[in-house]
Amino acid sequence: MSNVNVDVKLGVDKFFVDEGEAHILLQDNPDKTELKKLVNACPANLYKILDDGSVQFDHAGCLECGTCRVLCGKTILKRWQFPQGTMGVEYRYG
Amino acid sequence: MSEDSFDAIIVGAGIAGCVAGYLLAKEGMQVLVIERGNYAGTKNMTGGRLYAHSLEKIIPGFADEAPVERRITHEKISFLTDDSAVTIDYQNGRSPVPIEASYSVLRSTFDKWLMEKAEAAGVQFIPGVRVDELLVKDGKVVGVKAGDDELEANVVILADGVNSILGEKLGLVKRISPHNVAVGVKELIELPQDVLESRFNLQGDEGMAWMFAGMPSDGRMGGGFLYTNKTSISLGVVIGLEGIGDAKKSVPQMLEDFKEHPAVKPLIKGGKMIEYSGHLVPEGGLNMLPNLTSDGVMIVGDAAGFCLNVGYTIRGMDLAVASAKAAALTVIDAKKSGDFSKAGLAGYRKRLEDGFVLKDLNLYKRLPSFMESNTRVFDAYPKLMANVMQDLFIIDGTPAVPLMTKMRKRIGEVGIMNLIKDGIAGVRSL
Repeated sequence: MSNVNVDVKLGVDKFFVDEGEAHILLQDNPDKTELKKLVNACPANLYKILDDGSVQFDHAGCLECGTCRVLCGKTILKRWQFPQGTMGVEYRYG
Repeated sequence: MSEDSFDAIIVGAGIAGCVAGYLLAKEGMQVLVIERGNYAGTKNMTGGRLYAHSLEKIIPGFADEAPVERRITHEKISFLTDDSAVTIDYQNGRSPVPIEASYSVLRSTFDKWLMEKAEAAGVQFIPGVRVDELLVKDGKVVGVKAGDDELEANVVILADGVNSILGEKLGLVKRISPHNVAVGVKELIELPQDVLESRFNLQGDEGMAWMFAGMPSDGRMGGGFLYTNKTSISLGVVIGLEGIGDAKKSVPQMLEDFKEHPAVKPLIKGGKMIEYSGHLVPEGGLNMLPNLTSDGVMIVGDAAGFCLNVGYTIRGMDLAVASAKAAALTVIDAKKSGDFSKAGLAGYRKRLEDGFVLKDLNLYKRLPSFMESNTRVFDAYPKLMANVMQDLFIIDGTPAVPLMTKMRKRIGEVGIMNLIKDGIAGVRSL
């Protein structure tokens, strides 16, 4: 079975990325066990643990589902809010 | 500011928000709907299927003018192992009764249409604005705050979706627990109309809804789904969030593997992925029911957790419609009496209790915990069915074994007591 490449899928979607303000901010040293939940569950695969153990996250491809907010809350997230009006994902079909 | 005051401000232009706005505006109320997306529907996603009954009662014959995709006439349920499928197939060829109909829909087009109906009825619509906070005075909600703007209303209806940040801040909604929600991911796969119709055996406006248990959710609580639209397929998986850290593969990987399943791959062959989406599904039922009202505020739709996953049917949008109607009728009463306090809005809960929303949620209240505590439903039983089928149909030249012996062996793999216990508990929870 092939490894999924979510970045390619997100490339099809329409986003208005808020470059000025990230609507999700991570804690400085997120707990790795907690983070594993998000590596598994985030539909956009935005939470990545790299080979050197460091954490990579980018709010740009966020589908605003709230999975990370529900699963981890403050243990991982310093901030979770909806992007400001007009910003973020725009489903053309939904 | 009082001269600008509204009868009602509705936060969120999903199905619940649009319907509540439509009904209130039709009664001549001053209604404002505020939506953070650029138009109604842009933040919304469904599997999905709309059961028509509740909207049919509000806008009779709505499907004739609304951008619905297909009328569901073909139902399938499949039990998948990694490389096999056992399928139940039901086709309803009766001439359609509108109240019993259901339709595949795409929210970005459907919600946009619904908001246009609401605007035509007199709703004032402000898209592209995020409501940051509720205005609270002396413990009563009196309006909303967006950036530096403050807008006042007699009542605020929270239709802000499954992540009701506003409801949480106000203390109406409890923080969502992972065991009460599932995450859904979906690909919209475009196919030429004639290919799609011949592949799924559909004619005219007919459509198919197809549920898959077992392999799509990797044996965890959840499943796969497929809905046919006019010229596309909605294909996805839904997985319960509880314990997801222990899953053997990621949710996007589950969808990818589902697409590769031999029963699915030919269905989407040659298709073009035109959108990828994700959303949370409230599945806790009554267990996640919020306080539905407080002084000057009500909560409707997904924000109130109004969703019903029975396994073979998954409902949310028809509950959103019905809860919006109950809220709107309550606001109309409250305006007459001039009482928008919690007591004045108590009719909302009463209407939900008298109607199907809380009756159905109450009927199925044991189901979420049954499904969550019982992974055999998602793992062992699909395998059992596949194995029984294999025993029936595979001939390899070894001397035949009596059917009863084969069946006993297969059932023994699951455990006869488990099967009886789950059968009783499962049926009771339905």
